[in-house]
Amino acid sequence: MARVERKCSARVYYLTMINFVLRRLASAVPTVFLVITISFFLMRFAPGGPFDLERPLPPETMANIMKTYQLDQPLWIQYIHYLGNAVRGDFGPSFIYKDNTVAQLIAQALPYSVQIGSTALLIALVGGVILGTTAALRQNGIIDIALMSVSTVGITVPTFVMGPVLTLIFALILGWLPAGGWGDGSFRQLALPITVLALPQIAIIARLTRGSMIEALHTDHIRTAKAYGLPSRVVVITHALRGAMLPVVSYLAPAAAALLTGSAVVESIFTIPGIGRFFVLGALNRDYPLVMATVVIVAVFVIVFNLLVDIAYGLLDPRVRHD
Amino acid sequence: MVLMKTKLATTILLGSLLLGSSQALAEVVLHRGNSGEPKSLDYAHISINIEGFVIYDLFEGLVIHDAKGAIAPGAAESWKVSDDGTVYTFKIRDNAKWSDGSPVTAEDFQFAMRRIENPKTAAEYANLLYPIKNAEAVNKGKAPVEDLGVKVIDAKTLEITLERPTPYFLQLLSHYTALPISKANYEKFGDQFVKPGNMVSNGAFKLQAHVPNDSLTVVKNESYWDAANVKIDKVIFYPIEDAAAAVRRFEAKELDVTYNFSADQIKRLRASYGAQVHVTPSLSTYYYAFDMRQPPYDDIRVRRALSMAIDRDFLSSEIYKGAQLPAYSLVPDGMEGYGKPPQPDFAAMSQIDREDKAVELLKEAGYGKGGKPLNIEIRYNTNTNHERVATAVANMWKTALGANVSLVNLDVASHYSYLKEGGKFNVARAGWAADYADPENFLALNVSTNKTFNYPHYNNPQYDALIKQSYEERDVAKRMELLRQAETLLVNDQPLAPLMGTADLWLVSDKVQGWVDNATNNHLSKFLSVSK
Repeated sequence: MARVERKCSARVYYLTMINFVLRRLASAVPTVFLVITISFFLMRFAPGGPFDLERPLPPETMANIMKTYQLDQPLWIQYIHYLGNAVRGDFGPSFIYKDNTVAQLIAQALPYSVQIGSTALLIALVGGVILGTTAALRQNGIIDIALMSVSTVGITVPTFVMGPVLTLIFALILGWLPAGGWGDGSFRQLALPITVLALPQIAIIARLTRGSMIEALHTDHIRTAKAYGLPSRVVVITHALRGAMLPVVSYLAPAAAALLTGSAVVESIFTIPGIGRFFVLGALNRDYPLVMATVVIVAVFVIVFNLLVDIAYGLLDPRVRHD
Repeated sequence: MVLMKTKLATTILLGSLLLGSSQALAEVVLHRGNSGEPKSLDYAHISINIEGFVIYDLFEGLVIHDAKGAIAPGAAESWKVSDDGTVYTFKIRDNAKWSDGSPVTAEDFQFAMRRIENPKTAAEYANLLYPIKNAEAVNKGKAPVEDLGVKVIDAKTLEITLERPTPYFLQLLSHYTALPISKANYEKFGDQFVKPGNMVSNGAFKLQAHVPNDSLTVVKNESYWDAANVKIDKVIFYPIEDAAAAVRRFEAKELDVTYNFSADQIKRLRASYGAQVHVTPSLSTYYYAFDMRQPPYDDIRVRRALSMAIDRDFLSSEIYKGAQLPAYSLVPDGMEGYGKPPQPDFAAMSQIDREDKAVELLKEAGYGKGGKPLNIEIRYNTNTNHERVATAVANMWKTALGANVSLVNLDVASHYSYLKEGGKFNVARAGWAADYADPENFLALNVSTNKTFNYPHYNNPQYDALIKQSYEERDVAKRMELLRQAETLLVNDQPLAPLMGTADLWLVSDKVQGWVDNATNNHLSKFLSVSK
């Protein structure tokens, strides 16, 4: 009898979950639509256009170019065209990098950003949780104070300072690591940009973990577990950490979206051919289709990661219901 | 046993062969830092020098700039000019070949030039070839492309007819707008001819790989007519828009050559790298334009006073650390046949005398201490160096003339679109780099009919007439004299205040040989070599 009940509740759980995911995905459509619309018009209202260069073009040439890219049509027609094409996955030609379509540029750049971003995220997660837990277990001890001081530095020193300083030390003075470039894509080649991406995240995750771990260690069920004589390693890892992970997990959604879609600063400092650099170059050059596509990708990443986090929440904390 | 011995001998032989050949085959690679990603490899759609650096390694025009920046035969071995200066006949080298081994023909040049002028191509630099007969009409859609004055006489002879004698025509032909395209290859791939695998080129190198924002690799083109003299096997261009990152990669020895770095680095780099730091005066001018449509900038006394009060020596030595030189004329020094450009009368005065004179002029105009207040807004495009210049100039105007100065900066696209669309301003920063080494390229900016580049809205019929006359003048010396007279008007009227002649900044490793600093800023990799 009990087994049947459990089976039933498992089925209900999965159905609720699928229902939840579908509803969330459906609600993502208007969000993406809104993001596209707002960015489309914001972009167009920014002064200057893609072909306003330091050396302006003669009017005839400009007219030819405007016609080629259909920029001579009314804005609302351009908007309808854009929406129609975007739905079919056609983000148009890049105005600036003319040998490529936007889709080609993104397809080429995104894997670079995802590769260094996900490595940095993984390192940050593992490192941050270990350091945070260590600090929490030795609350107010020397190790705790040292770790938290270092993490404050990690959070406050901006990447555009950290990047050049680490390059100076490890590439120019010691000569251990390359100063930049994707090269062969090996870990050694990418160690510096990954480190610079990961450091502030390690610091933030360590602080979050420490805070919630301290709280978790003082809850009733942990005290009960301890009272039952369970080894403290088991108590910390299987019981306390699970609850302590909730704030970290909710932080991971925006962090992962930001890391995987490329950091313009880190990619510029280390000349990584990722999507972050395209975003900045596209925005500065008013490459409307390129900027639009990068904005849509960031939006999609944010939505997807938020969804994943909500699912993870349910798994970590049975009190969270997906209805 | 015999078999074993044979095997052993073969192994030894093979091994030594491999060892020997690996030394002989050691690739000579040049790592070139470039200060940005080329927007295209289709020269109909490029407009800046960092794109030129890549394109000139891949393609060769009828004439080229040699290592010293002088015009030299390229794909054409010789040419004749008609007596009236309007017909150029080029003889293309018999051994000029595309990288697929097919011959470079007159038709390839005709095809490429027709394509550039075809309005459908929307080529950004189409106007550069307007001196060619009917080019302007073709580009504006008023004549068919067949009317373009570029005629194929035979496979290796090309005849170009001009609208009027154009003494700087060979300079124009050295520009990337005049490069050939393999017609056969273009017919096969269309606009996709620029992709690795599709591209067929006639320069010293051919395209091997291109990863946008990472690297662009070109390898020696064995079909090139002068391949025997090309000493580099492979050139890798790295697009690095962050100048500090480029310097770090040069210092880490990851780059052999890199272009553009921040002027405030010069002192430090010179101390560490000495002769590897190259500061080359270039054919370009940094200036401040006055909006002559409104008071007080419609008053010549105010414009002259403001221009005089700018201490150009300070800007040059303190802000640019000598990477830019003080300038008083729009046309930069070093134009062949033009001599020293005309200078305003105050150029010879000391800065203190200039300031005294400036105060006097302003007083006459009714501004400054005791007169109407002078409120000035300086507009410039966002850039650290431009900001420092604007801050310094604001301070000079404030202390010397008692002006109230505010600063406005916009990103480069917004800044220039504002000026181009005729937005009102007080003082605006601008710059001009030569498309071709001729004073006309600078002086034509401020002709009253130039709606695009005449930022000050300068309108002097005498000036316009002199420029017009210069177009008709056949005699080189007389033509230059007409242009000098025009510029004399410009420096007297000061519709704009030239501030500095700019310089190109390069870091060139001492491993690289054959590098010659030159004002055209062209450095073809085929003239370079790299030692171990």
